[in-house]
Amino acid sequence: MDQQPPTAFDLELLGSWADSHTHRVQLALKLKGLPFEYQEEDPLRPSPAVLLHNPVYGSLPVLLHRGRAVLHSVVILQYLDETWPRGRLLLPSDPCDRAAARFWSHFADDKLAPSVAAVFSSCPGDGRKAAVEQVHQNLKLLEREMGGGGAFEGRRFFGGDEIGLLDVVLGCGSYWLAVFEEAMEVKLVDPEAFPRFHAWLRDFEEQREVRETIPPIDKLLEYANAVRQMMLGGTADDNVAVN
Amino acid sequence: MVAAAAEVKLLGMWASPSVRRVEWGLQMKGIEYEYVEEDLANKSAALLRHNPVHKQVPVLLHGDRAVTDSLLILEYIDETWLGMPLLPRDPYRRASARFWAKFAEENCREATKKAFFERGEERSEAIEQLREQLQRLDEELEGKKFFGGVEIGFADLAVGWMAFWLGVSEEVAGFTVVDAKKLPRFAEWMDDFLRVPVIRDNLPPREKTVEFFRYYRDQQLAAAAAAAK
Repeated sequence: MDQQPPTAFDLELLGSWADSHTHRVQLALKLKGLPFEYQEEDPLRPSPAVLLHNPVYGSLPVLLHRGRAVLHSVVILQYLDETWPRGRLLLPSDPCDRAAARFWSHFADDKLAPSVAAVFSSCPGDGRKAAVEQVHQNLKLLEREMGGGGAFEGRRFFGGDEIGLLDVVLGCGSYWLAVFEEAMEVKLVDPEAFPRFHAWLRDFEEQREVRETIPPIDKLLEYANAVRQMMLGGTADDNVAVN
Repeated sequence: MVAAAAEVKLLGMWASPSVRRVEWGLQMKGIEYEYVEEDLANKSAALLRHNPVHKQVPVLLHGDRAVTDSLLILEYIDETWLGMPLLPRDPYRRASARFWAKFAEENCREATKKAFFERGEERSEAIEQLREQLQRLDEELEGKKFFGGVEIGFADLAVGWMAFWLGVSEEVAGFTVVDAKKLPRFAEWMDDFLRVPVIRDNLPPREKTVEFFRYYRDQQLAAAAAAAK
């Protein structure tokens, strides 16, 4: 493969095309107008470069800036804000709003994402019902925060008029909600139960930079199904409808 | 934006490392605050109102705002009171501090919890994991007195629970992971960290903490055994 000339900003991103954490960084770089080189990696078989720059976790994404590694998508997004403070910022300026954006980003990664993953690996029946209920509980908390008295009341996006850190964090992962809904035939984001979250997600998905970053949903669906087959031991005939 | 001069209150619990971590930060920055002890068996209306998602301490109340999650509270106070910065100024060093804070808070805590509460293979695996994690921390201290460099900073406050509460866990649950011969830099860091006045003067009494953790562990194990029947 030809070596691309280094960009003026010396940014290289090691990531995986289907990984939502990689999407977060790609979207952030696009929103900030920062050019970067992209290196596709296999998340299951980390290359020597990944192991060199992320010896503790061996995970993706890895952002290299002038050869130095910045790890963890939420840390990377803040690094970008702090390194290019005169460009478009992802975090709000008020410390309390910043704390809220970080808090709900952690919630997305520590509570919401695992609960969605649990649905994905659940078996039809009571297990799946309980897993779906857990996702709904988590979405309820978020929905409430977007309503009267909540931290994000009355906003178009979590970041205000434009998408910010929390939009990027939640939005990139939320694609998987749609993918799983189709793969598993479960309703995770019912527009009647979660009208604000649903409206926000549709709005987010319409943004030009988002459409240019997130891969087509049919490709993600194909990928999700393949992963699920692998997880379930590759048995055929797994298309059991949810009861 | 809340004026820095507005009243600051911290809802906490005396034995909690996450709460102490916030107190260390507040005291390092010279911020005056009122401390409110919570009875976690009987959580106050204030706690439940201000942290409805996790219902945990610490909660920082600043004027009419509430901030939860100890590491987020530290970032909040760093951004609101600009003197005596906890995080370094350089973006790369900030990213590094956040990385190690996450490592200590998520991976090390998780492994310590398992080593503390689990039995059998799960416990031995957790102990092994913890040893590897401590090795990483030891390596990170190469050429530095503290994670923050010459003085303690955000990363030290994040890892700091290990300087005191890890020993308590080892004693109560009967395992050993801190081997000064294998982790010379980490062992030295523990001593140096505990000697910093703001830390030294802000720790719970050791015997009382050991007693509390012993009681807490016995309770949890009994509950788990009852649930298994």
